[in-house]
Amino acid sequence: MSAPALQTKSLVKRFGALVVSNDINFTLERGARHALIGPNGAGKTSFVNLVTGVLTPSSGEISLAGENITDLSRAQRVKRGLVRTFQISALFKKLTVLENVTLAIAEREGAANDLWRPAGHHRAIIEEAYDLLVPLGLADEALRPVTELAYGRQRMIEIAMAVALKPKVLLLDEPAAGVPPRETGAIIETIEKLPGDIAVLFIEHDMELVFRVAQRITVLVQGAVLVEGTPAEIADDPKVREVYLGESKH
Amino acid sequence: MTDLSSRDLTGDRKAVVDAFARRHRFKWYEAIPWIAAAACYFLFENYHALGAQIFATILFALSLDLLIGFAGIVTLGHAAFFGVGAYAAGVMAANGWHEPFSEVLVAAVLAAGVGFASGLIVLRTTGLTLLMQTLVVAALLQELANKWSSVTGGSDGLLGMKIDPIFGLYRFDLFGDTAYVYCLAVLFVGWLLARNIVYSSFGRSLTGIRENTNRMHAIGAPVDRRKIVIYTISAALAGVSGALIAQTTALVGLNTLALSKSGELIIMLVIGGIGRLYGAFIGVPLYMIAQDRFSQIDPIYWYFWIGLFMIFVVVFARGGVLGVFERFLQRRRSR
Repeated sequence: MSAPALQTKSLVKRFGALVVSNDINFTLERGARHALIGPNGAGKTSFVNLVTGVLTPSSGEISLAGENITDLSRAQRVKRGLVRTFQISALFKKLTVLENVTLAIAEREGAANDLWRPAGHHRAIIEEAYDLLVPLGLADEALRPVTELAYGRQRMIEIAMAVALKPKVLLLDEPAAGVPPRETGAIIETIEKLPGDIAVLFIEHDMELVFRVAQRITVLVQGAVLVEGTPAEIADDPKVREVYLGESKH
Repeated sequence: MTDLSSRDLTGDRKAVVDAFARRHRFKWYEAIPWIAAAACYFLFENYHALGAQIFATILFALSLDLLIGFAGIVTLGHAAFFGVGAYAAGVMAANGWHEPFSEVLVAAVLAAGVGFASGLIVLRTTGLTLLMQTLVVAALLQELANKWSSVTGGSDGLLGMKIDPIFGLYRFDLFGDTAYVYCLAVLFVGWLLARNIVYSSFGRSLTGIRENTNRMHAIGAPVDRRKIVIYTISAALAGVSGALIAQTTALVGLNTLALSKSGELIIMLVIGGIGRLYGAFIGVPLYMIAQDRFSQIDPIYWYFWIGLFMIFVVVFARGGVLGVFERFLQRRRSR
């Protein structure tokens, strides 16, 4: 029997009287494509921050492939295969596309602790970074600074950097946020093409993306899990319609 | 057709990877500072003492550039490590140990120790808090040096230093001939070290920390540990710089630990250009030669002129001399 890729038990986060995560029990199966949705302020990003170690939970437990990671640092969680992307592109803007991805791989390989050898001598790392850019159609722009690329392209680099870390669990925080509609197709494709052994949890407002990619959906409202199910179940759930889709007036 | 395109791709791949992998190679213009320094030895025979001071200060500024320019660690207390190095060498030289290289080594180790210990505490913070904390560390050390006058000489400064000839052959003379070569040689070693670090994978990760600390956390970098490592190395280099100044002037005072020392250093670095490795080589000579000239022409108000120049740099010449030069080259290339 293998433990789920990611699991939280009774996860609570309070800021004084404000409860942003209220007793969240959540399971992400291995290789899953799981969406986390909910209205603004439902605590989706707080949940990701708790899981990745940006925030410390008030109580509860987080485990990665059966191992309790509640007290581990952000970097330690990444080393164990828990990787995230950011809602607003958080790239090294002035650096080139290739360098962004190279930095991630250098961390994964531990090369970044090397004080003496020039970065250029770690040639395998640079080649791997380049090879990651090719299928995303970013190879031609490898040597351009990230700022010069369109926002949709930057979102792809965001995903490329996460994949470069060879994650077991990938958390995508609104991968299509701020991307013009004609570019979302490419993002969806990129997510669909992610290796099957990576368990993917994504927060998203774009329902086209959610219903096309997700196998399971969890709805979060006011910091608590409202309901979880397959896309079909969620679409038909009256509670979800009421709270999330705003069809309470029927 | 597919065969052709894949061949094109591999061609591109090699070109792109090569371009990226060769960035650390020495470029011809990196020889300019050293050629200039050698030329100045013969051109300005009366200014060797000033030259030695400039080289030692360049090393100091270079160590600061590693922090501010590359790791994004903004500090107002870098003089702390300069002062520790200066007092370490000074106290040894005044108390019976006269061999210069071992003094420099001890200065480096002690400054590194202080850098490591204070880094453990102050590097937990960023921004304004960090600025205040670094300032406080330097202030504490300055007060310590002031009160511990039996060893440091207190406010009178440390006197009676005696330095042996280098390798037992080259005596530190009044004109600074030996000091000039000695400081230049130590600067060269320090520069090689700094350059290697900047172009290493570790150095690139520091740039990542400067550009986006959160992202570095997200890719699994031990950000705090990296910061402490570079802080310690930078402190060691600053300590070496302090030792050089102590040895070549045979005087160590409380001003080596002063806030104005840290502030002046930042000004020099800003004039030259921060985060470019060579900003120190331009800013420091400009500032110190200007200081030397102005303090003779207009001894009272010379700070006014430096201040005016600083405002000009900040408003019109972002990135200092090197920043202006880079933009000029870019404009010419894009034409």
